[in-house]
Amino acid sequence: MRKSGIALLGLIALTAAAAWVLTAPAAPVPEARIAALTPDARHGEQVFLAGGCASCHLAPGATVEGPPILSGGQAFPSDFGTFIAPNISNDPVAGIGVWSARELANAMLHGVSPEGRHYYPAFPYASYARTSLRDVVDLRAYLATLPASSQPSGAHQLGFPFTLRRGIGIWKLLYLNPDWVVDGPLTPEETRGRYLVEGLGHCGECHTPRTPLGGMERSHWLGGAPSPDGKGRTPNLTPGQLKWSAPEIVEYLTTGFTPDYDTAGGHMAAVVANFAELPDADRAAVAAYLKKVPAVAPAPAVP
Amino acid sequence: MKALVIATLGLLPLAGSALAEEGPFASQVEARQGIMRYYAVNIGTLGAMAKGEAPYDAAAAKVAADALAGGASLDTSMLWPKGSDKDAHPGTAALPALWADGADVGGKAKQLRDAAAAMQAAAPAGLDQLRGAMKGVGDACAACHKDFRAES
Repeated sequence: MRKSGIALLGLIALTAAAAWVLTAPAAPVPEARIAALTPDARHGEQVFLAGGCASCHLAPGATVEGPPILSGGQAFPSDFGTFIAPNISNDPVAGIGVWSARELANAMLHGVSPEGRHYYPAFPYASYARTSLRDVVDLRAYLATLPASSQPSGAHQLGFPFTLRRGIGIWKLLYLNPDWVVDGPLTPEETRGRYLVEGLGHCGECHTPRTPLGGMERSHWLGGAPSPDGKGRTPNLTPGQLKWSAPEIVEYLTTGFTPDYDTAGGHMAAVVANFAELPDADRAAVAAYLKKVPAVAPAPAVP
Repeated sequence: MKALVIATLGLLPLAGSALAEEGPFASQVEARQGIMRYYAVNIGTLGAMAKGEAPYDAAAAKVAADALAGGASLDTSMLWPKGSDKDAHPGTAALPALWADGADVGGKAKQLRDAAAAMQAAAPAGLDQLRGAMKGVGDACAACHKDFRAES
């Protein structure tokens, strides 16, 4: 009896130790792979636009006239509390001016800060995890060309237990999966579209429903979801509901016009503004990819 | 009765206007949604050419672009009385922000007039020119919708 009690205690201790190790923030991007790449700031701007960085990291109400000032401050309410987008401007103290490309890669691909802390997944690293290292290196170079803001980052407004960042380690074990959602043979154009939609564009973050723990439901990929702010739903982008032709999708991402000549609203207006700046081929690639996403049945109408 | 049915049917294509025929500001809301639809019909003619759904037709493009510019030059200020927002009338998605200080509705209206004028020059000149002017029109529409229209 006593022996089995000790064994049980030992097992608990082992489990706790294993959990502590498994939830530890790892920062595994090797420096050698970064060093092998030559930064291209001009291409980094394309990465910046496709990634929609400014949509969240501009000051509240700011509009882009000239180089964006990424001072942060926008609030993002969620079921877990309100997240405040941080300052990612070029300021060495308030922003991320001193970050290396490797540190940016660890943040975007693994959700880990330079100090070795987990980021909350409001920062869409569950999607950015699919970004190529080349794009991260180019983005780092582009961000260094942008203005600095000394505005300090605001604190997230979260309740217990979500204040415990270590818990994010469990979330990552469950949901940080950089494998492509849409698998199988794709044309080069569809493959590029997949990179933009599943990766940089992080479309799934709003258009895919989430589990109770806040992970994206891969089985309902892009099937539409309740809006994060609680008002209405984001549309289902799969062929199960979206009947727009490829040219109609391209037109929407170029000019903001829907097929009946309404315009994109809300957060999508910012997304369209970004995608309109990308090469024609990228918008066509997104349309081609969306046609390959498995159909999700339309959500039942809410009375 | 028949007239009422016809009038009601006429309203059906207007998104979000199921109740536009009732309540305070009903006429204003109906009129401004009609003007929006007038824009959409003409932009639709231009957009179909831009997307390649319809062959480029310089004369038809000119008619549509002239109509758009004509609509954008109308004084519609009397259709937007203070308080005619979505809280006052269920058929409109207009946000109270439209009447807030610093909303710069005039600047946004000018953006639409400028974009429509650019389209007026571009549409009869050639398909590439027409295509190039579409984004300016879309941006002008979105400028108001983004700030002043509730998400559906």
